[in-house]
Amino acid sequence: MRAKDVLGRDGEQAAVDYLESCGFRILDRNWRCADGEIDIVAVERHTFVVCEVKTRSGTRYGTPLEAVGRTKRTRLRRLAVRWLIAHGIRFDQIRIDVVGLLYEGTGGFTIQHIRGVG
Amino acid sequence: MALARTHSVALVGVEGHLVEIEADIAHGLPATILVGLPDTALREARDRIRAAIVNTGESWPQTKITVGLSPASLPKRGSGFDLAIAVAILAAADAVPLSSPAGKMFLAELGLDGRLRPVRGVLPAVVAAEPSLDTVVVAVENAAEASLVPGVRVVAAGSLQEVAMWLRGGPLPTPPAPSAQQREPGASSPKPRKLDLAEVLGQSEARLATEICAAGGHNLSLLGPPGAGKTMLAERLPTILPKLESAAALEVTSIHSVAGTLPPGAGLLTEPPFCAPHHTASKAAIVGGGSGIIRPGAASLAHRGVLFLDEAPEFGRDVLDALRQPLEAGEVIIARSAMCARFPARFTLVLAANPCPCAKASPGGAGCECSPAARRRYLGRLSGPLLDRVDVKVRLQPVNRREMLYDRKFTETSAVVAERVAAARERAARRLRDTPWRLNAEIPGAQLRGSFSPERGALRSLDRAMELGQVSARGADKIVRVAWSVADLAGIPRPGAGDVEFAIGLWLGVTR
Repeated sequence: MRAKDVLGRDGEQAAVDYLESCGFRILDRNWRCADGEIDIVAVERHTFVVCEVKTRSGTRYGTPLEAVGRTKRTRLRRLAVRWLIAHGIRFDQIRIDVVGLLYEGTGGFTIQHIRGVG
Repeated sequence: MALARTHSVALVGVEGHLVEIEADIAHGLPATILVGLPDTALREARDRIRAAIVNTGESWPQTKITVGLSPASLPKRGSGFDLAIAVAILAAADAVPLSSPAGKMFLAELGLDGRLRPVRGVLPAVVAAEPSLDTVVVAVENAAEASLVPGVRVVAAGSLQEVAMWLRGGPLPTPPAPSAQQREPGASSPKPRKLDLAEVLGQSEARLATEICAAGGHNLSLLGPPGAGKTMLAERLPTILPKLESAAALEVTSIHSVAGTLPPGAGLLTEPPFCAPHHTASKAAIVGGGSGIIRPGAASLAHRGVLFLDEAPEFGRDVLDALRQPLEAGEVIIARSAMCARFPARFTLVLAANPCPCAKASPGGAGCECSPAARRRYLGRLSGPLLDRVDVKVRLQPVNRREMLYDRKFTETSAVVAERVAAARERAARRLRDTPWRLNAEIPGAQLRGSFSPERGALRSLDRAMELGQVSARGADKIVRVAWSVADLAGIPRPGAGDVEFAIGLWLGVTR
């Protein structure tokens, strides 16, 4: 496994821990289909949340949050619908969140969580 | 999270409009949105400002930033808003105190490294800001121009970092150099060589006509063979004009500031401008225009001065005819879909032309190869309506060596003539003191026939010329105006029959 993949996996685990501590119920992780991948599928109260996790080791190539562009956001929304169809579940509210993690060197992450970006 | 406000100025023509710049920092993915009719250069400001803020050592807020420029309906152009937007963002991000930019105007372009760059049109912008704001922040290069406006505190800064430090309560950025010396009237634009009317030898009539035009603000046409001194005369007309009064100087300096033709570090322009566009100039170059930012043309750059069209028949006909409206109205109005720009353009027009296209020394005589038809066609390019607006027409004769030597005794220096011109203008101004006009050329026809009519019986020869069809009704008014200038120069209270006849001669172009 390459270093960037290790960082990504650690970042995703940190994001899951963080979301659970915020009261999110995690339904699925790393769900794949032909269109792409959803990092985290979760439920917060009655809202269905698709969460994109971006982990970076530094800001030389921009901050984690900047890396989620417009095309990525529209794809996440499409994937959310795909997941719901695949699992035969219905929700009144769907939301796209982004969790940006910046590696702080000692194993910890700085976490930024932005709700409702799509 | 926070909302911060700064001010800047948008220019439409030479008029400044105060623009309020708001920066709102809200939750969301990092994005910068610029709203309020920005043009391409202003849209690029987003990337310039970001680089400038980061390279200054400040942090760029990782959130959604909305920058609004209001009034939103006013089109905003150019890079002069950079500094104001950057300061608004810094204030909204709490990098500088939120209320610190209040009551201040910011006007400068930002370099990617955070340096402040000078922009055009600072003078009219500061004039527009002066009633409501007490402090303006500009680039060092613009400081002298900004401090021409009294009652405004000018802060000249070299970089965004200096501005940020100052807003945090730090020391004032590099204090502007005392501009008293620059503000000294006449210290502006050091001329390489002083021109003088005494250098024009052998053309005593043309010199007199130039003097009359200077006294009354009349338009002049010079017709003559090459080398007779047409260009020399025209170039020396500004030297006998009085210096600009402070209001006029401010207008002229504003126009040149917007056009970007102000010499760096120069103060108020007090010399009457002289503008001599080449005959290949386009209509937009003469009256103003251009896509995007509307720029003043040569007619406006010659405001309160002289617009000299050398080789006038070589100009495009539509270019010459475009001058008819500013000649009447004293201003140019350029209409665009989104706005209407007004440039003052009250100039003295000087036309110079050769009598024929071959331009041999003596037209119709030895060496001239032009047929009468070709000659007529050449001068016919100057349209009747345009020539109808030229009050004084002089036909210059080629001078020989003996005449030049003889005339040396009679030539007067510009200083002497300027004194007479100033006295004549003073006389006219005293007569016109209860009216909005200052010069004889500005008096409308109705007043000319009413309160400012010549002596009784003085107009008899003018009536005869009108009956013969030699003079139009507009021409008759112009002749009376010139007659007033002749009388003013001579120190006579009212023009007599001789003055009117002399003016008819100047109008018709026969002084011999």
